[in-house]
Amino acid sequence: MRPLTEDETKIFFEKLSKYIGENIKLLLDRPDGNFCFRLQKDRIFYVREDIMKRATSVDPKHLLSIGTCFGKFTKTKRIRLHITALDYLAPYAKFKVWLKPNAEQQFLYGHHVMKAGLGRITENTPQYQGVVVYNMNDLPLGFGVAAKSTDLCRSCDPMAIVVFHQADIGEYIRSEEMLI
Amino acid sequence: MADLVENILREEAEKESKYKTIVVQKDVDIEIDDGNLLAYDPNPIDVELFRSNRNEYLSNLARDNTQLLFNKLWTLPVEKVENIVLAKLPNPSTQFPREKRLPKPKPETKWEKYAKVKGIQNKKKDKLVWDEQHKEFRPRWGYGRANDDTKDWLIEIKSNADPDEDPFAKRTNAKKERTAKNELQRLRNIARSRYGKVPGVGLTPVSKPNKDQLSKALVLAKKSTASLGKFTEKLPKEKATREKGKRRKFEPCVGDMKKEKAKQLHILHTLSQAPPVNVAKAAQQFMSQEEDNATFSKEGGRKKRGDKAGRRSKAGGRPPKKNKGFQNRGKGGKGGKGK
Repeated sequence: MRPLTEDETKIFFEKLSKYIGENIKLLLDRPDGNFCFRLQKDRIFYVREDIMKRATSVDPKHLLSIGTCFGKFTKTKRIRLHITALDYLAPYAKFKVWLKPNAEQQFLYGHHVMKAGLGRITENTPQYQGVVVYNMNDLPLGFGVAAKSTDLCRSCDPMAIVVFHQADIGEYIRSEEMLI
Repeated sequence: MADLVENILREEAEKESKYKTIVVQKDVDIEIDDGNLLAYDPNPIDVELFRSNRNEYLSNLARDNTQLLFNKLWTLPVEKVENIVLAKLPNPSTQFPREKRLPKPKPETKWEKYAKVKGIQNKKKDKLVWDEQHKEFRPRWGYGRANDDTKDWLIEIKSNADPDEDPFAKRTNAKKERTAKNELQRLRNIARSRYGKVPGVGLTPVSKPNKDQLSKALVLAKKSTASLGKFTEKLPKEKATREKGKRRKFEPCVGDMKKEKAKQLHILHTLSQAPPVNVAKAAQQFMSQEEDNATFSKEGGRKKRGDKAGRRSKAGGRPPKKNKGFQNRGKGGKGGKGK
């Protein structure tokens, strides 16, 4: 377990800012406790400081997980965000997408979102912006990347993909072994 | 007649009285291991007799036990070897402890380890292989082997082959390389079995190095100076390489938390700042691009030389490009292209 180096922090924050922008500050500066990011076996964990201190007493070979796993670094040092980060991304999300009830199921199975399934989308979403996907009852379902900006969304045909799927809560069942 | 019988009986009695009887009485039967010619007597020693006359007792005991052993030996099957009668001893039944320790298992060679991991089995090969040329079975390797290409009196050359190269010499050299490599690997295996780890061979000379080997060779060549590459100049377009082989130092896990937070917030801050656009450089790049487009569209179709001349004449009136001045601006200046 170790803290992130500068390069790693930069890459990580860049990725996070695609979803929550400058609200990352709120993740670091919390009124209810000091939280920090730690790296264990290429996975990034968001954990409270006192828990992290206790975790140092565990043998690093046996330490599987601390706090919440936000994602992991791949072999080529790219970041991949996991669905477990949704709890912290959803409240601070800048750009949101709401899905119609029939499209919910498709998204939860891991497919991309088509224009036909799109309920609402926040104004002025740039293309390839990170978005958090909600259902009509404002329940966060996962996150993705906007394939088209808001204006293009309006004018494209109903079978076009508007949101690329990145992670959804169905993954808790589908890919348990990946999330630890 | 009666005298004769008496005489014979008297002689027998005399004979017998000289030698002790071959029948031995024992409380517990002794264990005889014919194979080792070993007799083990578990009978307890008669302490009074032993104390009264030690030597006599012991010699009697020895005689009795030996007699029993010989009685057993006479019962064994007999064979005659060159007019000598021999008893055939059976296999020994006593288990002796090992003279030497159990041998240590040999450490596995690199190939054996790999084969074990991959599950590769050794396929048994036949010693004789069909040789199409001679239309007979020949050994796979060694004297008079099948498909021997050293015996070729003719080697076909491809159209793209080097005409100055001797293909026969090339073959023999390739063979030498292969045997040398094999020998090296064999010795390294032996060294590894003895010392555990052996350092790598580094870069070996290769006739046609690939990109990996060339880049590695370049790095090593730059480093191989008296000052370990500290003053080697970089080529104009060469990128700085990362430190290879040096152990990275990470921050301690539980360090100064405030400092860490401050550092992270700072990184966040710098990220949010957009890189400043070097307006002058951007403008200049734009102008030069426009000019190139104009030149090519006007004089399209002419030869290259003509184009260049045309451009030069056009550029004659303009002030020369002043890039050097803007280099001092620092990292911000990526210009119009951005990221």
